[in-house]
Amino acid sequence: MLAVRGLTKSFGATPAVVGVDVDVEAGESVGLVGPNGAGKTTVLNCIFGQLRPDAGSVELDGRDIGRLPTWRRARLGVARTYQRLEIFPELTVRDHLIVALRVHRGGTRLWRDLLGMSAPGREEIAAADSVLVALGLLELADVPVAALGLGVCRLVELARAVVAQPRLLLADEPTSGLDEQETRDLAGLLRSLQRARGMGMLLIEHDLAIVEAVVDRVVVMDLGRVVASGSFDEVMAAPAVRRAYLGVP
Amino acid sequence: MEQLLGFAVPGIPYGCAYAVFAVGLVLTYQTTGVFNFGYGAQAYASAFVFAWLVDGHGWSTWAAFVGSVVILGPGLGLVFDRFLFSRIASTNTTAKVVTGLALLVGIPALLPVVFSNENLVGVPSILFAPGTVYFHLGPDVPVNGIYLSAVLLAVAMLVILVLLLRTTSLGLEMRAAVESRRLLELEGVAAVRVTATAWAVSGLMAGLAGVLLAPTEVTVQAQDYVTLMVAAIAAAACAAMGSMTVAAVVGVLIGVVSLTAQGYLPTSSFWYSAVLPAFPFIVLVGALLFVPRLRRLEQVQDPLSTVDPPPPLPTARVRGREIDRLVHTAFWLLVVVFVGSMLTWMPTSWETVLNQGMAYSVIFLSVTLITGTAGQLSLAQATLAGVAAFSAGQLARHFGLDFLAGGVLGSLAASGVAGLLALASLRLRGLGLALMTLAAALLFDVAIFPAQAVSGGTGGIQLTARWLPLDLLAPNGHAYFLLVFLVLVVCAGAVALVQRGTVGRFLAAMRGSELGAAGVGVNIAWQRVLAFVLSGALAGAGGTLLAIQQTVIAPGEFNYQLSLAFVVIVVTTGVGTVEGAIQAGVGLVVVEQLLQYAPQRLQGLAFVLFALGALTYAAHPEGIVELEKRRWTERAERLLARRHGASATAAVTGRS
Repeated sequence: MLAVRGLTKSFGATPAVVGVDVDVEAGESVGLVGPNGAGKTTVLNCIFGQLRPDAGSVELDGRDIGRLPTWRRARLGVARTYQRLEIFPELTVRDHLIVALRVHRGGTRLWRDLLGMSAPGREEIAAADSVLVALGLLELADVPVAALGLGVCRLVELARAVVAQPRLLLADEPTSGLDEQETRDLAGLLRSLQRARGMGMLLIEHDLAIVEAVVDRVVVMDLGRVVASGSFDEVMAAPAVRRAYLGVP
Repeated sequence: MEQLLGFAVPGIPYGCAYAVFAVGLVLTYQTTGVFNFGYGAQAYASAFVFAWLVDGHGWSTWAAFVGSVVILGPGLGLVFDRFLFSRIASTNTTAKVVTGLALLVGIPALLPVVFSNENLVGVPSILFAPGTVYFHLGPDVPVNGIYLSAVLLAVAMLVILVLLLRTTSLGLEMRAAVESRRLLELEGVAAVRVTATAWAVSGLMAGLAGVLLAPTEVTVQAQDYVTLMVAAIAAAACAAMGSMTVAAVVGVLIGVVSLTAQGYLPTSSFWYSAVLPAFPFIVLVGALLFVPRLRRLEQVQDPLSTVDPPPPLPTARVRGREIDRLVHTAFWLLVVVFVGSMLTWMPTSWETVLNQGMAYSVIFLSVTLITGTAGQLSLAQATLAGVAAFSAGQLARHFGLDFLAGGVLGSLAASGVAGLLALASLRLRGLGLALMTLAAALLFDVAIFPAQAVSGGTGGIQLTARWLPLDLLAPNGHAYFLLVFLVLVVCAGAVALVQRGTVGRFLAAMRGSELGAAGVGVNIAWQRVLAFVLSGALAGAGGTLLAIQQTVIAPGEFNYQLSLAFVVIVVTTGVGTVEGAIQAGVGLVVVEQLLQYAPQRLQGLAFVLFALGALTYAAHPEGIVELEKRRWTERAERLLARRHGASATAAVTGRS
């Protein structure tokens, strides 16, 4: 489904990503791991159109999406969560999901607003609430996100990402800032959502226990390059990975 | 060569003045993170007090210099830091720009009230005598004291400030404080002291620039300092707010190129009358479009900003149902009483005032939409109002089109101009967008509105009764009231519906996080263009109504200073809500009318009051009216809760 080939990106004279290849099949969960500064988030930013790569291609279902803006990629079925929360503080939890649904269903006509016909419909509310129930957020549906804590906001971001049934979820350190219990809960939710909805997922995560629990396959990066790829056990045994993480020659 | 020098040299003092201000702007930005729109007002304050002490109170030049520059300059800087900018160090650009604008609007209006309202003339020079020719660069190129003072000041300021920032530990700490005061504190540095010093130095430089430049003009007038600021902003933008040397060089070049071109161009040409006065703004637009670093200014974020509490939600969204019902009932009651009063017993003078307030409210709704709802800072709303008014006027004059129909077409024209402005600014955010819209407003002020074909010259277009249906110009009729009331209701309803609808949700998402909104598929560029187009239409509708009320459409009625004041006024009452815009419009004219009964020197106080109100934006971005509303709602809810508690207790006691 997602095919990234020869992705290269430099910031000034500093190469951040060099010739990276990544594939994610439909319904597959792939972990993208590596030490800090390996270039993982840069890869995600290039896939989602928030950075323009210097070279390489990004294809979704065989279509080159490398030149499309972020919002077009989102409408093609790519969703994302962010390492640093990107939420809409003044909107309620349910409104976050309504925004995502409206974008994908194309209900954005101004005249409907001016005629007062833009209140969320039953179908929209049902679609949003089914995700809120799955993530345990239904009780907070009408609460403005500004009033919520970090852990809940991470769940809201995840709910917003999956509500429109994306084909590919890019999750950038979704457990960042969460405590141990919240991390375990979120990992479980990620896995169950990914399987239940049959979406592909590219997960960046530092916690290797979470990676092992959630993904089918792992790609390891170091200093902007892919140094190993395969099942979790295979890549953990690879000398290049041990070098990257532990400095062991 | 002789002729070139003859044209270019008189541009040097102007260029140096631009350079001095540009260097001051860059210094303030580099050391405090604030683009200080109030810098020109600070310089004017020192010059005003200097002239007031010398001219009005007989102080010696040097004693007045100490009072106005050495004491007042840093003092103002310290006051700004302590009470304003230190409280908004980690907030968004809008808060910082609005605070600067409030100073720009408020200080020049306040000084004549506090000191005197006379024109201060004959300001002495503390360096070289302005009239004395010290030497010649050629037979016909004299160099007088004004030239020497300006060059000396510009060079001295540049050298001192570059050395301060680049070679001292204080300079390093100042630059670090801009990134994050809180991180600097974690390094064991007293960030409060560092930023206070930065503001004091900046204030001293502003005061020095103000006093040294004062003798170049016959009288000390705020307008001269604001004009200087505009060219200085262009120079600072060319330097991407980073290099004081580049800012100084560009400032000098703007002055020299302007005067040289003025010498060579035929005075009757389009280039002389329209392009030349707009030259600094053309430079500013060029910088905004082609200096990539200006687009990245908004990406600098305090790494510790996430520890800040979130902004409060509008009262209307959080109040209880009982209070909500009471408020709605009171609102409709107020509307009925208001309409009844306007149609029956309201004196004509007050009906006129309130009508004008409603026309302003329609314009202010455009600020609510673009700034409060879409989170985009536009400083050209009065200009857009003018576009519609002049369009309607010209359509009536040349084609005999009914002025109201012309107003609708004019509003469409204003929408078009706003849309083009949005398209030209797609890559700009926050400060960059504010500057782009300001440049557009200035371009219209100097190059488009004064043109004979647009405004009919400085006198403007006089409306006649035959252009208007329904006897709208009749002084004692209610036709105009009914029209302006109807338009206000329609526009307010439309803005409220947009805020609650899909577009409003998308704009709220965009305001919260552009990255997040684009990530769910919101087309940010389209939403911004849409918001600008809608706000242009609203401003246009308001401009048309205002023109009918004033019966004349003159360029001065829609200038950039009004655009700045509009933002300040709406922010004061509440930029996020429809009622905030209405309260701002009506409040402005009512305060102005009430001040008519006060002594003459207090009559310019209206803008000062609103500027003071806008200064609270930093602490209360919801506006002071919204803040008070929340407080009163909380009190009312506590009262209701106590009553309910008492009745519940009584019921339980009764049953037992």
